[in-house]
Amino acid sequence: MAELLTVRQLRVEFATDRGPAQVLDRINLEVGTGEVVGLVGESGCGKTTLARAILGILPESAARIRGGEVWFKGLDLLQEDPRVVNDRVRGRAITFIPQDPFTSFSPVFPVETQIMDLLKWKSPRAVNGGAPRSILRRYPRERYRADREAVVEALRAVQIPEPARALRRLPHEFSGGQRQRLMIAMALLPRPDLIIADEPTTALDVTIQAQILKLLRALVKERGVSVLFTTHDLGTAHEICDRVVVMYAGQEMEAAPTEAFFDRPAHPYTRRLLASVPGPGGELRDIPGEVPSLVAPPGGCRFHPRCDYATAECRELRPPPRALAGAHAVRCHHPVSGDAP
Amino acid sequence: MSAPLLELIDLTRHFPVRNAFGRRVGWLRAVDGVSLRVEPGEALGLVGESGCGKSTLGKTVMGIYTPTAGEIRFAGREIGRLPRRARRAVAKDLQYVYQDPGASLDPRWKVGPLLHEPLKIHTALTRGEREREVRAILAAVGLPDAHVDLYPHELSGGQQRRVGLARILTLRPRLVILDEPTSGLDVSVQASVLKLFRNLHATFALTYVFISHDLSVVRAMCARIAVMYLGKIVELGPTTEVFEKPRHPYTQSLLAAVPRIGGRRVTQEFALEGEPPNPRDVPSGCRFRTRCPLVQPRCAVEEPPLRILDGRTVACHYA
Repeated sequence: MAELLTVRQLRVEFATDRGPAQVLDRINLEVGTGEVVGLVGESGCGKTTLARAILGILPESAARIRGGEVWFKGLDLLQEDPRVVNDRVRGRAITFIPQDPFTSFSPVFPVETQIMDLLKWKSPRAVNGGAPRSILRRYPRERYRADREAVVEALRAVQIPEPARALRRLPHEFSGGQRQRLMIAMALLPRPDLIIADEPTTALDVTIQAQILKLLRALVKERGVSVLFTTHDLGTAHEICDRVVVMYAGQEMEAAPTEAFFDRPAHPYTRRLLASVPGPGGELRDIPGEVPSLVAPPGGCRFHPRCDYATAECRELRPPPRALAGAHAVRCHHPVSGDAP
Repeated sequence: MSAPLLELIDLTRHFPVRNAFGRRVGWLRAVDGVSLRVEPGEALGLVGESGCGKSTLGKTVMGIYTPTAGEIRFAGREIGRLPRRARRAVAKDLQYVYQDPGASLDPRWKVGPLLHEPLKIHTALTRGEREREVRAILAAVGLPDAHVDLYPHELSGGQQRRVGLARILTLRPRLVILDEPTSGLDVSVQASVLKLFRNLHATFALTYVFISHDLSVVRAMCARIAVMYLGKIVELGPTTEVFEKPRHPYTQSLLAAVPRIGGRRVTQEFALEGEPPNPRDVPSGCRFRTRCPLVQPRCAVEEPPLRILDGRTVACHYA
């Protein structure tokens, strides 16, 4: 499969009171065209930082990119002129669905104003390559009409009842599920190649989550859009993803097609993570120990202090990716074979 | 049957809905006639989606809200309408665990005084006796003695949570209401928190009412489960049976909506349309009829009573 996005050896640090926290440690990630990739891991493992680094929206004051490459359609987004990235990539070729549908809209403007503001700059019908940006620039009338039609169409696609009337409403008049539908519509409107969805269903109830996942998967498959879907919920990842990448403390541990990932996890961390999901029999297996501090992370493989298989090698050297059967890669010196525990 | 520790009889809590001028324009029926028995020593799960009234129910039992109608019987005694002073005496036996018990620690108090405070208020123990009690509780929640001299910010999030729980347990309550105690936790941390709850349940002979929207957590923790929808219980029975063969169409959809690893994809199977109606404007008859796949004309007219079916109670005409 042709790779749409390739992240290589990405290192990101955050300045903290206690010194720089190494939030991403030489991360590799690939997203193929039309593929839904799940990025799973526990809180603080760096999945949101990775998503933000790809979009180029890391907080400037604290985050430092220490090395690595982010290749997207032949551009290295980290080296490219920021204006080009802003014009062609961010919000156009790569769009974003946020986690919290409650704070992502401004409460004081109708949703129509907010969606049209987005399209004024990011509409697929606008060709503003290189033109200086100015808030004074007018929205060409014809394009406005075409864009507005596209918006109504998109709202219909995400199953908002009476789209034309819904547009005049304020965000608080929509439920959480409907706001997330609006977010999906906004992410699809610029006709992107890649959508980065950051825990888009975490704030929703299960029945609503099921509806949103179903809708999102149907829409991206129909349009051939790739999705990078971050989540901490393994069930959700199983639900929607073609391929799953698991991260721990800023390092990617394992990447595999969904079925192989859940059936034959090879990394000890993945196996323990899967085992900690409460089973139908009520068995509970936690992972002893705590997630390490990223200011002074353990050397080598960052999971080694909690790993049953750790040896001296694991403390010294971060394992290189090791290819297993069927596009399954694991970064472990002692991969485990066999079915999921 | 033994005497229940907690019995709710038609418990109702409505909130007034007011317009801009402060005039009441309607009622929000958060809890609308719930009857429930909790036996001593059991763990009862209370599940439902946000806005179904499960937290309001917990808080009404705790005395944070006064019931609009109905009775709360705790150890055989009506406690819903007690005067303040008498109600405070009950608080010792009845404790409430918030989502993050660690967040309710005063940052300027050390762990030791934090744990002594409830004992000072509610018991006549001497300083030495309190100290012994505090140390025993700290050991039970898995914290070293030395932690009594630390401030909350010197502890990790998980340890703060343990201190929060220790604070609740120092009074040796009989009934503990846990309100979404694991939401927002990662699965591996969740597993250790649940393990801790389970150990404490056994060690202190506690009775739990476990409020959660996470069905797999309730399944792991509780022997009995009550499913709420818009302020009412729609199905109540032994957890294994409800999970294996849900009878109410809402329970069926709720269980079907949970993404399951290795199972069939919900995104291909799931059929439930729409969102729960606003509890200010509850549908007539059966509350679930607006989304129910089995809906019949009768459902709009007649509210289905809870009836016994298959070893559990179900509120549906056609279950």
